[in-house]
Amino acid sequence: MTDLATYNFAYLDEQTKRMIRRAILKAISIPGYQVPFASREMPMPYGWGTGGVQVTAAILGPDDVLKVIDQGADDTTNAVSIRAFFQKVANVAVTTKTREATIIQTRHRIPEETLTAGQTLVYQVPIPEPLRFLEPRETETRKMHALEEYGLMHVKLYEDIARNGHIATTYAYPVKVEGRYVMDPSPTPKFDNPKMHMSEALQLFGAGREKRIYAVPPYTEVVSLDFEDHPFEIQHFDKPCALCGAEHVYLDEVVLDDKGGRMFVCSDTDHCEDRREHGHAGHLLAQQEAAE
Amino acid sequence: MGGQAEIHASTYAGAFSDPVFQSQSVFRSLMDAMACPGTIMPLGASANPPAPLGAGAGAIALTLCDDGTPVWLTNALLQSSVPAWLSFHTSAPVTDVKPEARFVFIEAGGLVPGFDQFALGAQEYPDRSATLVLEIASLDGGSEFVADGPGIKGETIVAPIGLPDIFLILWRENRAQFPRGVDLILVSGTNVLCLPRTTKLRRREV
Repeated sequence: MTDLATYNFAYLDEQTKRMIRRAILKAISIPGYQVPFASREMPMPYGWGTGGVQVTAAILGPDDVLKVIDQGADDTTNAVSIRAFFQKVANVAVTTKTREATIIQTRHRIPEETLTAGQTLVYQVPIPEPLRFLEPRETETRKMHALEEYGLMHVKLYEDIARNGHIATTYAYPVKVEGRYVMDPSPTPKFDNPKMHMSEALQLFGAGREKRIYAVPPYTEVVSLDFEDHPFEIQHFDKPCALCGAEHVYLDEVVLDDKGGRMFVCSDTDHCEDRREHGHAGHLLAQQEAAE
Repeated sequence: MGGQAEIHASTYAGAFSDPVFQSQSVFRSLMDAMACPGTIMPLGASANPPAPLGAGAGAIALTLCDDGTPVWLTNALLQSSVPAWLSFHTSAPVTDVKPEARFVFIEAGGLVPGFDQFALGAQEYPDRSATLVLEIASLDGGSEFVADGPGIKGETIVAPIGLPDIFLILWRENRAQFPRGVDLILVSGTNVLCLPRTTKLRRREV
């Protein structure tokens, strides 16, 4: 690690860290409110998690254990490169085990294993403003948040029902935090929304291109928007995970061949591996073992 | 001559010996304390600022203040070498205009101005509000308040000693402005207890 000395610890300079840290403290004080911050250029393009990386860099210490996931997986490009980045610039311990991590940076999933007090979940957020696709002007959306004017969002959900018979939003499903701010939970599947409610872990959200940081403290109400006659529902899967047999988890579809073969497997790779290590086997894994 | 040398020594000394890691450590304590209001947390490092500013409050100043954060100080702090110390180590400008301050430092026993004299933020930008760093005699052992709100599982008891008598009224007024309002960091020695604007307090009925 001789090249470590060429960077400040965790890449960012101290002034930038202070600015981000102040934004994080204000974000925690106003749950769900988007705090503007002076997002920096990072050595990766916008859209690759520069917001999450800056938040992680500002909070990270030498004793932390970092886990990075991309769509639940520890071994996809975005996760691997961000993990390697922090190993290089902060020489920090890394893990793929959810329960060993003190900081988990995530792109679009919340781990299946329930997070505990003392853990911090850092979300990479592309578009932090839940009202942006309904109202493109920042001046207007600011005012709507200020006046708690969220009727437009309900109209959007209502139009979903009018067109499709149900609320068709499946990811980035809007939530209301502590009865005040409507917040975009980042493009996590709505399957994960209930995990945000009263979570023991601190949740921080960083949007680099859009220059916003927001937060949900532990034990905070996070309620998915819905209607009395169309209550919020999460996705359900017909079959368990093909590899570990897990039910009530979020599954990814994987194409197996060019003859229409496909399987559904856990999106959370750590959860899936852990279950397989403990002897759980889904139908495909059992078939394979039987064949051998 | 001797007096001047002492002023210089107290101005230039007393900052972190390892600024990168000590400020990270102090920040993490503050982040955890702000995320779990009412919980007493030790700061990960301490500073040695000139009296009457305490070790914990000094560490918070070194961690969070810089040239972008005007600081308001009480008269007692203004008359000490604290302004020079702050200026030398953080470059933070000292202001006597209360609504301009992003951070407010009040030494133990110092007079606490009404919270609404400081920046409360705007309805559109409630983050543009002051953070008050209030040194008090002790973070526990005083008359008990029941606290609830985000970050608190159910309810918790806070019992600081050394808050002004009208604190509860000031705090309720602050809470009523939500999402506007100031946030409090109570400090005793190198322990902190945070009260973000979301925390509701009431006197505990015995």
